[in-house]
Amino acid sequence: MVQQLGYLPESASQTAGPYVHIGCTPNFVGIHGIYAEDLGATPFPEDAPGQRITLTGVVRDGLGKTLNDVMVEFWQADAQGRYGPGAQGFARRASNFETGEWELKTIKPGAVAGMAPHIGVWVVARGINIGLQTRLYFEGDDHSKDPLLTRLEHQNRRDTLIARDTGNGTYRFDICLQGDGETVFLDM
Amino acid sequence: MMKPGEFHQRDRDIHPPALTPGYKTSVARSPRYSLISLQNSVSEITGPVFGHNDVDAGDNDLLTNYAKAGQSPIGERIILHGRVLDENARPVPNTLVEIWQANAGGRYRHKKDTYLAPIDPNFGGCGRTVTDENGYFYFRTVKPGAYPWRNYVNNWRPAHIHVSVFGTAFVQRLITQCYFEGDPFIPLCPIVQTIPDADAIDQLTAKLDLKATIPLDTVAYRFDIILRGRRSTLFENRLEGN
Ligand SMILES: [Fe+2]
Repeated sequence: MVQQLGYLPESASQTAGPYVHIGCTPNFVGIHGIYAEDLGATPFPEDAPGQRITLTGVVRDGLGKTLNDVMVEFWQADAQGRYGPGAQGFARRASNFETGEWELKTIKPGAVAGMAPHIGVWVVARGINIGLQTRLYFEGDDHSKDPLLTRLEHQNRRDTLIARDTGNGTYRFDICLQGDGETVFLDM
Repeated sequence: MMKPGEFHQRDRDIHPPALTPGYKTSVARSPRYSLISLQNSVSEITGPVFGHNDVDAGDNDLLTNYAKAGQSPIGERIILHGRVLDENARPVPNTLVEIWQANAGGRYRHKKDTYLAPIDPNFGGCGRTVTDENGYFYFRTVKPGAYPWRNYVNNWRPAHIHVSVFGTAFVQRLITQCYFEGDPFIPLCPIVQTIPDADAIDQLTAKLDLKATIPLDTVAYRFDIILRGRRSTLFENRLEGN
């Protein structure tokens, strides 16, 4: 045969299910002795330059209930706006089984390629059929030239992408899967 | 070598939609508004790169990575192996693959799993590996059991292994599940059936690989994983602003 295009279809997504932590953060669910440390526990080495910040948040469903079985991953540039090297800038968090809260200590990313400082966020959980991609921006930064935030048709939704400054280097980023205040999710 | 480019637009028709009422948990956890399309920037065409130093050699052997010395988990011994490729049919080398699963009785080592089948003291249920230069990976484990779940009153998950893959860019990130050829629960499972495309379900179904089995020892199943591929950048006139 000639002129076969030869592309392969991407493997279909399936929900991460209720036991995603066994595979992704086993130490968090008490499975010790297989991996020394859960992947993505610390996004940057302790001596990395930049402003130390703490991010917290929850993920809520369409009825306002907080998910306590979610996993969130983060991918960000360093303080100079550079990605990498290696897995530097990657973090992974499981929400707390009781409260649904996650917390990430990291450094504030620098601006990248004409975009305001932001962190890529990926959310998976039971009931989420394909991982949801979004971005976390920071209250107080100049967003007036950011390509995503300025082009959003529904400008009343842009606050869903902006972590609230709660003082002393802490920011709050709650994600709403559905309904009033539904977070802007991205197809990238 | 072409410089890293943007990715082919994701074909959402082969993926499950967010809202799939047959899988009840999706109803309250599915966004109602359209996803906002965003051309790939450097934030998306990059991603964490893990190396062979980030995993231990035994991490991919679930028969031994949690078992007490001289003991072994109960169940059918299997090899799960395959390649990670991209949509352009190129291997994806040096990428992290993580798996997790129930034990042979269908029970997870997790406090939220209260199924009658017992915990296996020699089975943790997770493993990971990094693909070689040809995109090849392999795990050794036990075949997981089917288990009941609360959706309709009488729903059973087909035997499955959860699979997480990174690729080289954050937009390639994928979590899926691997099923096993011939399992009668596959067409009955509301989670499998969230996938609208029969070929896409078949692609998630590992095939018995008799040639790779180890005689008198372990049965092999073949499972290839396809991630999004990068576009070529021939004759491209880039717009500003991305
Ligand atoms: Fe499962």
